[in-house]
Amino acid sequence: MDLGIFCKSTLDGEAVDHCFSAIFGITKNADPSYLDWLFKAWGWTLAVAGLSLVIALILGAVMGTLRTLPSESRLNRSLVKISTAWVELFRNIPILVQVFLWYHVIPAFFQPLKALPSYLLVSIALGFFTSARIAEQVRAGIQSLPSGQRAAATALGLTISQSYRYIILPMALRIVIPPLTSECMNLVKNSSVAFAVSVPELTLFAMQAQEETSHGVEIYLVVTFLYALSAFAINRVLAYIEQLSRIPGFIASNNEVVAH
Amino acid sequence: MSIYLPIRIIFVTASVLLGSFNSQAASPTLDKIKSSGAVTMGVRESSIPMSYTTGDSRFDGYHVEICRQILGEIKDKLNLSALRINYQAVTSQNRVPLVQNGTVDIECGTTTNNNARAKEVAFANTLYVEEVRIAVKANSGITSIAQLNGKKVATTTGTTSVQLLRKHEKANGVNFEEVFGKDHADSFLLLESGRADAFVMDGSILAGNIANSKNPKDYKIVGEILSTEPIAIMVRKDDPEFKAAVNAAIAKIVANGKMPGLWNKWFLSPIPPKNIVVGLELSPATKNAWANLNDKPAEDYIKK
Repeated sequence: MDLGIFCKSTLDGEAVDHCFSAIFGITKNADPSYLDWLFKAWGWTLAVAGLSLVIALILGAVMGTLRTLPSESRLNRSLVKISTAWVELFRNIPILVQVFLWYHVIPAFFQPLKALPSYLLVSIALGFFTSARIAEQVRAGIQSLPSGQRAAATALGLTISQSYRYIILPMALRIVIPPLTSECMNLVKNSSVAFAVSVPELTLFAMQAQEETSHGVEIYLVVTFLYALSAFAINRVLAYIEQLSRIPGFIASNNEVVAH
Repeated sequence: MSIYLPIRIIFVTASVLLGSFNSQAASPTLDKIKSSGAVTMGVRESSIPMSYTTGDSRFDGYHVEICRQILGEIKDKLNLSALRINYQAVTSQNRVPLVQNGTVDIECGTTTNNNARAKEVAFANTLYVEEVRIAVKANSGITSIAQLNGKKVATTTGTTSVQLLRKHEKANGVNFEEVFGKDHADSFLLLESGRADAFVMDGSILAGNIANSKNPKDYKIVGEILSTEPIAIMVRKDDPEFKAAVNAAIAKIVANGKMPGLWNKWFLSPIPPKNIVVGLELSPATKNAWANLNDKPAEDYIKK
C-alpha cells in the first residue's frame, strides 16, 4: 500500500509541492497531481449523477402519475398508453446500450444533438433509464393508497388534477421515498457507464491512473470509497427528507421504520 | 502488495533449501511444462496484427506465431514428443496479475516493457518496437501535432498514449480537447463519426483499424513519431532460466533469418480472418532491435 502515489504529478511522476492544500483551492500545483485529478473526476461523477437525477425525478413522477389515470376519457387512455410505452421502452434496454444509442446512434439522425457535450447526452440516457424505474415506484405508491381516498376526493367535488394535487400525490410520494432512496443511490453508481463515452469521471480515472501508476490496488480502493461515500451521503439526505416530511400517525411514523 | 511478502519469502527460502538438495529443479515453469506436457499462452482478443482471435477460440498474430516457434524450441530442449498449447485471452488490466499468479506462462500480446512493470514481471528480448503516431482523415489537411491545437484528439482509456498527450500539451504549449474511447474500435469510431479530428495511438493499432474500416483510403497516418516503446513477450519474474530459454529461442529464430518473413506475413500481406493488409512498413527501430537483441525498458528509448 502506497497512498503517496496520489501526491505524484500526472506528468512526470514526481511529488508535487502542494498535495492537500491544492484540492481546496488554497494553492495551485504547477502540474496537476493524481489527487487533483481524482477530485475533478469525483466532481464529474457527482455532476452527471445530479443532472440525471433531476431529469429522472421529474420525468419519473410525471410518467408514474400518468400511468394511474382513471380511464374515463380518450385523452386519459392515450396518456396511460404513452406513459406505459415510455416505461417499457426505457427499462427493457440495458443502460450501457442506451448510453451508446444517445451518443453514437441518435446524433447520426438528429444532427443538432451532435453539438451537445457528452456529459449531457449521458445524463439524458441515465435520466430516462432511471425515470422508467421511478415511474413504476410512483405508480406502486399511488396504487397502494386505499381506493376510498380517490373516491372521497371525487365526492368532495375535486377534479382529477385537483385530487392528484391535494390528496393522492402528497400521500403517494411520501410512501415511495424509501425505494426512491435506493434509486438515487443507484444513479450515482450507474453514472460509472459515462466513462464509455469519454466523460472523465471516477471510473475513467481509475482505469487510466492504474495503467499510468501501476498502483491499481490503491487507486481502486480510493475510488470505491468515494463511490460508497457519495451513495451513503444521498442515503442520509433522503432519510432526513423522509423524517422531515412524515405525517404523525400516518405511514412510517415511528423512528425505527425510517430508512437506515 | 506487501502482505504477500512473508509468504513469498517462505517460498523463496524453501526453494533455496530444496534447490541445495536437488540442483535440477531450477525453473518451475520448465518443470511444469515437462511434467504436464502443456503450456498456457496469454493472447489478446483484438490486437491486430500482433495477437488476436481469428474466431472459434483460435488465436494468431505476429507475436503469437513467434511464441509458437519459441515453444517449439523449448519442446525440443525438454525432449518432449508433444507440447499442448492452451490459449488464455488476457486484457490490459489482467495480463500482469495472470502472469504473476501462474495462470499464464508466456504472454504474447502487446505489452510495453517499462520499469514499472519490470518490478513485477520479466520481459524477453524485444522483437517489435512500437511508434506512437497520429491518424487523421485524409482530407483534413492535418500533417503534424502542432496543427492539432484546439482540435479534438481521441485516444483509448487505459493506454500510455493518454499520458503522452498530456506531456505533449505541456511541452509544446498546444491545447487539445481529449476524448476517450473505451477501446481502440471505439476511439476509431470517434474519428470516423467526426467527434474527434485525430486518433493518437500505437502505429500498428492505427494501421490495423484503418485497414479494417469501410474506406481505408479516407484515413492516413501522419506527423512525427510521438514516442517509441518496446513491445515484448512477458514471462514470470522469478524464473530466469525460463526467460533464458525463451531468449535463446528468439536468438535462434533471428539468426535463422526468419524475422523479415514474419514481418512480411503479418504487416504487409493479407491476414486472416478478413484478408486485410495492415500495411505497416518495417521501422528502423524494429530492425535495430532484431540486430541488437536486448530487453531494455521503454525508459531507455526515451533517453536516445
